[in-house]
Amino acid sequence: MFALLPDNPFERITVHVDGNTVGVPPGFTAAAAMLLHGASSTRTTPVTGEPRAPYCMMGVCFECLMQIDGEPNQQGCLVTVVEGMRIERQLGKCKVDE
Amino acid sequence: MADFDAIVIGGGLVGTAVAYGIARLGRRPVLLDEGDIAHRASRGNFGLVWVQSKGIGVPEYQRWTRQSSDTWADFSKELLEETGIGTGHERPGGVTICLSEEELDKRRRLMEQLHIEAGETNFDYEILRHAELKKMLPAIGPDVVGASYTRYDGHANPLFTMRALHAALLKHGGTYVPNARVESIQAAPNHFVINAGGQSFAAPRLVLGAGLGNKALGEMVGLDVPVRPVRGQIIVTERLQPVLPIPTLMMRQTVEGTIMIGESREESGFDDTTSPEVIHTLAQRAVKSFPFLKNVRIVRTWGALRVMAPDGLPIYEQSSEFPGAFVCTCHSGVTLAASHARYYAQYVMDGALPAELARFSTKRFDVRAAA
Repeated sequence: MFALLPDNPFERITVHVDGNTVGVPPGFTAAAAMLLHGASSTRTTPVTGEPRAPYCMMGVCFECLMQIDGEPNQQGCLVTVVEGMRIERQLGKCKVDE
Repeated sequence: MADFDAIVIGGGLVGTAVAYGIARLGRRPVLLDEGDIAHRASRGNFGLVWVQSKGIGVPEYQRWTRQSSDTWADFSKELLEETGIGTGHERPGGVTICLSEEELDKRRRLMEQLHIEAGETNFDYEILRHAELKKMLPAIGPDVVGASYTRYDGHANPLFTMRALHAALLKHGGTYVPNARVESIQAAPNHFVINAGGQSFAAPRLVLGAGLGNKALGEMVGLDVPVRPVRGQIIVTERLQPVLPIPTLMMRQTVEGTIMIGESREESGFDDTTSPEVIHTLAQRAVKSFPFLKNVRIVRTWGALRVMAPDGLPIYEQSSEFPGAFVCTCHSGVTLAASHARYYAQYVMDGALPAELARFSTKRFDVRAAA
């Protein structure tokens, strides 16, 4: 669905999106990385389990919650990618370590 | 001019519960709501339907609270049947967590006093030590010494409750008028004409359910309503898998998974913002009680203003100067919603408050302050 604007194809950061190793331009957010690599839904809601995807991309709507490096419920649109980052979908409610 | 059976001022939980209660009797109320410039305690409250710790030294308050709590399940069921909107009400019992032997001891004495004062209302409670409490709430931390428990406590979603009340009011033929700030009241015994939001409304009954606004409104109909704001601050977390099966005085997990943390009380005038010091204290106590919270994200904090009488009790009174004008105000708009809808509305339409509410009269304030 999404394509990159023309940029320097030699500048890429390697991240892992739902287990797949992919390259994204520097400065990308985790949410953008997921969208670029074909995710149509990036989380399921904690109440009804409905699929959702990033919406506002500016930190307001909380629709882009995802697990980043094992930390649940991160706002993917506010986190800039770094080398080796693990980005996963947030499925339902966050689990608690008691 | 529009004629009604009753005019209710205040579109929050208190006013809407009374208005719905009147409509439910087959009478025609109009509910006047000021608008978003009002202080809106009903948008900021915590959502406990709470019995334990209320009414020490005032058995009438303990009974009135208990009656509402006992009515809540049926009240909630009725709202769901009439509107399709669930209030999220649950009554799994509740605990007040104590972090020291001293706190627990104080708590024990308080509960015992409530038990004695309850008389035939029969107030059952348990004092649980750490190990027993852990069976009920496995997530407690090692610093928790114990807790008081009663089966009468519960919680509900205040916003869904208010939405359901509004919908039920309309369904029963009630009238809701938004952006209707009261400009003037012409009062005569059992005859009130109100100008609000550019319109006129007339009715033989008037109910002041406008929270902090009742102070000024009361003066217009011969009622002394000395309420003041007491700020509470609340922390809201991300949605988590169920981890708190029962609410505590300072914490509850909603059906959606959110954990709400509150319990602060401050004299801050009409300032309803939050302060880092109070949020810090709340968070610290919360983490001490439930250590898993240290890894949980906070998504929101807010402050809201409780509607407080000098003695912390509700105020229920009919004006002696202008009979037919009633005030209904309290800081427990959620807990008391069921009684306001089922009972208070009936008393208003009957034109008299019963003896069991006499303790909540404004006459209790007619005592000269000691020099």
